[in-house]
Amino acid sequence: MSRSRSDSSVPDDGRDDGSGSADPLRPSDHADGDAITSPSLGFVGWLRWGWRQLTSMRTALVLLLLLAIAAVPGSIVPQRSADPNGVTQYFADNPDLAPILDNLSLFDVYTSPWFSAIYLLLFISLVGCVLPRTKHHWKALRTRPPRTPARLARLDDYRETRVELRDGEDAASVASAAVEAAQEQLRKSGYRVERYDARGALSVSAERGYLRETGNLVFHAALVGVLIAVGVGGGFTYTGQRVIVQGTTFTNTLLDYSSFNPGRFVNADNLVPYSMTLDRFDISYVPFGQQGAGQAGDFVAHMTTRLAGEEPKEGEVRVNHPLDVAGDRVYLLGNGYAPTITIRDAEGTAIYTDSVPFLPQDSNMTSLGVVKVPDGFPEQLGLIGFFYPTQAPLESGAFTSAYPSLANPVLTLNVYSGDLGIDGGTPRSVYTLDVNDMEQLTGGDTGVDSIELAPGETQDLPNGLGTITFEDASPEGAANLDQSVKRFVSLSIHRDIAAPWVLGFALLALAGLLAALFVPRRRMWVKVTPDGDAVRIEYAGLARGEDPTLAEAVSALEARHSLAFEARRHTPGSRITP
Amino acid sequence: MTGTEDALSFDAVSLLLVWTSIAIYVLAFIAYAVDLARRSDLAVKAQDAAEARELVAAGGGSVSGSAAGSRQGAELPAKPRFVWARIGTTLTVLAFLFHFAGTVLRGLAAERVPWSNMYEFALTGTLIIVSVYLVTLFRYDLRFLGSFITGMTVVLLGGTLLSFYVEVTPLADPLKSVWLVVHVFVAAFATGLFALAFGLSVLQLLQARREARVAASAELVATEGTAAPKRIGLPFLRTIPTADALESLAYRFAIVGFIFWTFTLIAGSIWANDAWGRYWGFDTKEVWTFVIWVLYAGYIHARATRGWRGTRSAWLSIIGFTAVLFNFTIVNMFFKGLHVYSGLS
Ligand code: HEM
Repeated sequence: MSRSRSDSSVPDDGRDDGSGSADPLRPSDHADGDAITSPSLGFVGWLRWGWRQLTSMRTALVLLLLLAIAAVPGSIVPQRSADPNGVTQYFADNPDLAPILDNLSLFDVYTSPWFSAIYLLLFISLVGCVLPRTKHHWKALRTRPPRTPARLARLDDYRETRVELRDGEDAASVASAAVEAAQEQLRKSGYRVERYDARGALSVSAERGYLRETGNLVFHAALVGVLIAVGVGGGFTYTGQRVIVQGTTFTNTLLDYSSFNPGRFVNADNLVPYSMTLDRFDISYVPFGQQGAGQAGDFVAHMTTRLAGEEPKEGEVRVNHPLDVAGDRVYLLGNGYAPTITIRDAEGTAIYTDSVPFLPQDSNMTSLGVVKVPDGFPEQLGLIGFFYPTQAPLESGAFTSAYPSLANPVLTLNVYSGDLGIDGGTPRSVYTLDVNDMEQLTGGDTGVDSIELAPGETQDLPNGLGTITFEDASPEGAANLDQSVKRFVSLSIHRDIAAPWVLGFALLALAGLLAALFVPRRRMWVKVTPDGDAVRIEYAGLARGEDPTLAEAVSALEARHSLAFEARRHTPGSRITP
Repeated sequence: MTGTEDALSFDAVSLLLVWTSIAIYVLAFIAYAVDLARRSDLAVKAQDAAEARELVAAGGGSVSGSAAGSRQGAELPAKPRFVWARIGTTLTVLAFLFHFAGTVLRGLAAERVPWSNMYEFALTGTLIIVSVYLVTLFRYDLRFLGSFITGMTVVLLGGTLLSFYVEVTPLADPLKSVWLVVHVFVAAFATGLFALAFGLSVLQLLQARREARVAASAELVATEGTAAPKRIGLPFLRTIPTADALESLAYRFAIVGFIFWTFTLIAGSIWANDAWGRYWGFDTKEVWTFVIWVLYAGYIHARATRGWRGTRSAWLSIIGFTAVLFNFTIVNMFFKGLHVYSGLS
């Protein structure tokens, strides 16, 4: 509160005494700055003018506000980076509008030219602003506190006392004792002090709070650090996804990922070689009859990891607790059931056997899955169906799952034969079945019942093709069906070497901010003037920036100085004698 | 877990306490409102002399030896004994106790921190707003903000009870993290500080307008000799600090809030890195947290930019807090994103 007022009240004393360089350098339109001078003409003049505009407070402010506004659309329109399916859906729902928005980069707001332009300009402005200030501050750190103003009484925060001389004391030595006490006291409380004695008045000028400007500069520089760490670090980042069924192993090579997004500088052929096996997946569900029945929790994927040349290690992947493997972090993305299915031909030869991940469709784990058998039968076979961990009939006669754990597991499948469409080289998701070139053999309008199996059961395929078995995966002698179906987890594997840097810079920014906002930067003066049979002691303070406690500080200075000074007058060592 | 029965009855008691606290907040709001109206009367009676003094002080510039003391006085007027304001504060403290008990019981019922879904976040968030206000009262006489604070609490708490209440359910896995405790709590704290800054900024605008009109009419009186108008602006404004003082107070709350918000942002990123494998992904909630951060950075800059200090920067503080409220309500309810913790289906 006192800044603008105190500054205007000491236009000459505080500034024009050659101490100006101790002030922090501010852009010319800083509220404390001098009025902007009109640009000198000429090309260089205009360049300089333009640069000054770019690095002005007003520009920084406008760019900040623009940045805030520009960030908003990305929360309204789905973004490719965060929600690619949402974007696809948006195109389907708004076929006319979507391409227009796309042209405006509204599905990639945060990498769009306009968003980038705003933050790049902001950071250019930031650097252009911070560099000269740093240089200036560096110098200011070694300048002496400014000369004591001639008329301290003009300052807002000002106090004055008169100390009567006692018998035998002489004004000059009392004055010098007073000013020395003040100098000592201010120095001890962290001020940089300088004596200015003139015209019969002794004074000490003190300044503190350089840390405020240091904090400000550190804060702004750390923001640049965050930006650079994010930008450069992104190039060395990769993320990949992979589904692992219980008992199977993943090897960290490009081929073994189901999707992989490398940063620009990542060499995907050179990933750290390691492998991971999913030993077991634990999960718990809130029991029937309680609030939130069926809600899943306590997910733990128990993994064994192997690094070249090291003993296998056990580890866990939990939500919020990724597993660290050779600098990669492994996250749990999802989980589900992977029924083990065996298909035999008419002779009884096993053509296909695999644990197939079925994707959960609801919170009770009604799951959808696809089995593709490209070889071994006259025509390719495709099966599509549902797995219900706890099967229950709906009113419509269809099934659903009533609870997510394995109380009454049932697998239902429909069989198709024909062309799976996987030979033409077109990539097909393993989770979808393209039935365009296939003939349905069971379910629907075929008049043949769908296949319906419990663990351990076998049924005939239609048309005498062979049999299908839903294997019971329970260990020997299991008492219930709890482990009759294998689990799978989908893992996301990340490498981001820049994250600690980003965090470091962010914390540095926070520390800088604390200093910049809360360290008071102020000047204090104590002036002692012999005045007949007394000495006049003046105390004054001047805020350099926001400083709500200045008045208190001046009062405290006076109070403590009176005591210290009194003590000096009485200690024998510094006895004041004529 | 204790038995379900226990948990339910804890929760039922908690609900009862919260409803009671709302009722008391309403009474506190009324008392504070009466206070403002009464102050207006006082102000009208005592005004002329005071106004005259104020103008002299503002115009005079040169100050005597006791400058420091008188300056403090001009900013926060000596505490007159506003009876209704005291009643309001007493009621607010009472309501706060009920509110606090209700929140703690909710936490006991759920056996975890009571800020894990939208209802609980509102419960704790408003509790913190009120406590920030009450603690501030030890230092500054901000009772003129009482009706704003209690009014807002009633609206947020009542609204949340009516539309966001959910029974206690176990915590979903992603929320089981110390960062939930830190991140959300600090966010609520920042919100409380921003709320106070917002209230002060609104008053600052009103006060600045009144001061301008007072100055203009004083000019008229001096140059044209017209009669001084009896009332300018809302009367209670005469009993609260000057626009300048309100502004620097608002600024102080806002910068502390800004520090907390910065910390919220960092803690949230750490959590996101553990939970989702990236510290930043421009998820809707992240976007809004960022927008709010940038808005307040803008506010802090504006305070230091020539031509922006005063009214313009006050608007930024108001916009900033609007974004905070928007983030909590609309973004939680209608925007799609990873932060699905409202607990509503
Ligand atoms: C990424 C963009 C920026 C952000 C987020 C930002 C944020 C902030 C914050 C939070 C403060 C208050 C803390 C302090 O005093 O240190 C501040 C102060 C300041 N900023 Fe920035 N800033 C940004 C860019 C800039 C730019 C481009 C300039 C140069 C024109 C600038 C100049 C200043 C100055 C001079 C202050 C001190 C204000 C005072 O005297 O109180 N900032 N900034």
